Amino acid sequence: MASSVLEHDAPPGVPRLKGRGTPWRERFFRLSLWTSLAVGVIFLAGLLIYVVYEAWPRLDSRIWTNFPDIIDPTNAGAQSAIMGTIWVIAFTALYCLPTGILAAIYLEEYADPERWWNKLIEINIQNLAAVPSIVYGILGLGVISRGLGFGQTVLTASLTLSLLVLPIVIIASREAIRAVPQSIRQASLALGATQWQTIRLQVLPAAVPGMATGSILALSRAIGEAAPLLLLGGLTFITFNPTGVQSQFTVLPIQIFNWISQSRAEFVSLASAAIVILLVILLAMNSLAIWLRNRYARRW
Amino acid sequence: MSVPQQRPRSASGSPGFLKRSQPRYGEKVIKVLLVAAALVSVLTTVGIVIALVPPTSDFFGEVGLGEFLTGTEWSALFNPPEFGVLPLVGATLLITLIALVVAVPLGLGAAIYLSEYASSRTRTVFKPVLEVLAGIPTVVYGFFALKAITPFLRDNWWFDQPPQIFNALSAGFVMGIMIIPTVASLSEDAMAAVPHALRDGAFALGSSRMQVSTRVVFPAALSGIVAAVVLGISRAIGETMIVAIAAGLRPQLSWNPLEGMQTMTAFIAAAGIGDVPVGSTGYKTIFAVGSLLFVMTLVMNLISIRLVRKYREVYE
Repeated sequence: MASSVLEHDAPPGVPRLKGRGTPWRERFFRLSLWTSLAVGVIFLAGLLIYVVYEAWPRLDSRIWTNFPDIIDPTNAGAQSAIMGTIWVIAFTALYCLPTGILAAIYLEEYADPERWWNKLIEINIQNLAAVPSIVYGILGLGVISRGLGFGQTVLTASLTLSLLVLPIVIIASREAIRAVPQSIRQASLALGATQWQTIRLQVLPAAVPGMATGSILALSRAIGEAAPLLLLGGLTFITFNPTGVQSQFTVLPIQIFNWISQSRAEFVSLASAAIVILLVILLAMNSLAIWLRNRYARRW
Repeated sequence: MSVPQQRPRSASGSPGFLKRSQPRYGEKVIKVLLVAAALVSVLTTVGIVIALVPPTSDFFGEVGLGEFLTGTEWSALFNPPEFGVLPLVGATLLITLIALVVAVPLGLGAAIYLSEYASSRTRTVFKPVLEVLAGIPTVVYGFFALKAITPFLRDNWWFDQPPQIFNALSAGFVMGIMIIPTVASLSEDAMAAVPHALRDGAFALGSSRMQVSTRVVFPAALSGIVAAVVLGISRAIGETMIVAIAAGLRPQLSWNPLEGMQTMTAFIAAAGIGDVPVGSTGYKTIFAVGSLLFVMTLVMNLISIRLVRKYREVYE
């Protein structure tokens, strides 16, 4: 900083402008701020190391080739849970991504934010994003599973999860659409394109990377979600892969919860191994999202 | 582009390309489709209300509202059943409080560091860490609380009575770590929205970085920070898996964080797993407790949304 110049080069007799150095309060404050970030980092590192350490004896192909076995935990695996997760998330994506993106287009491109019904939709989405996931489980139980009669199936689970992550998809897609500058739209409209042509040919292509990032993050939230599925029969002991949307199912987080509840020590390493699989899937998705954001992010 | 030699003319004689365009029904259909998609979110809320209200009102036909809200014994799924919800609410509030004691200082510290101190390189390292922390499934947090934090506390306890295997302390601590990213990222947004001129003014008057952070940026971003904390409370109240795994399933009205206790969410999960006969009073308690939970988080969320609006209006 410039203070060193004053310190050394000032002629004698000139009053020194430098302060009394950095007071200890400043150092302490900075250190405590830094510590609060460090706690999160240390916790994350501790968690990852602990899980991998516990999982080490079971980190082999058994975890995805074998099925859950309550009697013989040393040979049990999580294939039905991994396949169940894939089925449920595929259908969740199928339901929530189109709905979320279309809703975002409406709210950004068509809706007049001054109208009361659009304000209502807006507040509603912000609230839904913070409604506890177990309440979505109650929605799934009361309306989708029993009310519509879909039962404890992949269909019910994926519909429930898609409603759960819909606000996240909408909020992320809206941000991506909002980032496209207004001048692009005006240029397109001035050339005679209709509103939908403008959206389809100009706005959406520019917003796709942002939407993809948001969608991946939303789906990774759905993959890790266990609470609502507890109410939808996800905890039933399942030793077969789903065969269709009408099939019963279990998913990885539920299988992990099941194994945590067992008292024998073998189940701890089994649960840890399943957690490692789950975390690897999630980290891969998160990295893909971050890579997409950095690779295709466009500064206008 | 080729310019047509002969301009087409309509019957009235005006140039064809200026004539009013035909109504585009496709555009209308698309707009209807988009509105329908936006209405799905409204229907979700309607669905939640439809799922909650009828069984809840049935429940209060069988159990008095006063008994539910003021009773201190909860044994809804046992015989004889008691329907006093206070033990569940008390456990929820105690664990939320522990989580806040962890998350508010750490989350705010992280936010101030990232917003006021960190270089852009530090930010690119730490922000993904917060994102990963936010992305870890809660069942994993619960597992870590039960199998790592609790044994660690029990082995290294320096008071007389070590925590029980299921206890509120581990669950609350881990939940606090879980909501750090919520508190940190929202408050950082609020601090980033404070205009730079305010900071520059304070620096020009000779303020240190700490004075600028605590006396200028913090008060200016206060409504956003409070919104972040309120949203954190809402998430803590609604969190299920951590408490179901690490805090135990024994409903009791106790303020001792070393004991196990059952929160509202843990009760809903436990009742949902168990084979409660559909239509029984026990089954309806799922919805009654769910309604209480929904109302509590709804109030928090609306406060938070309103506060965020406020700082957006001031600075953006």
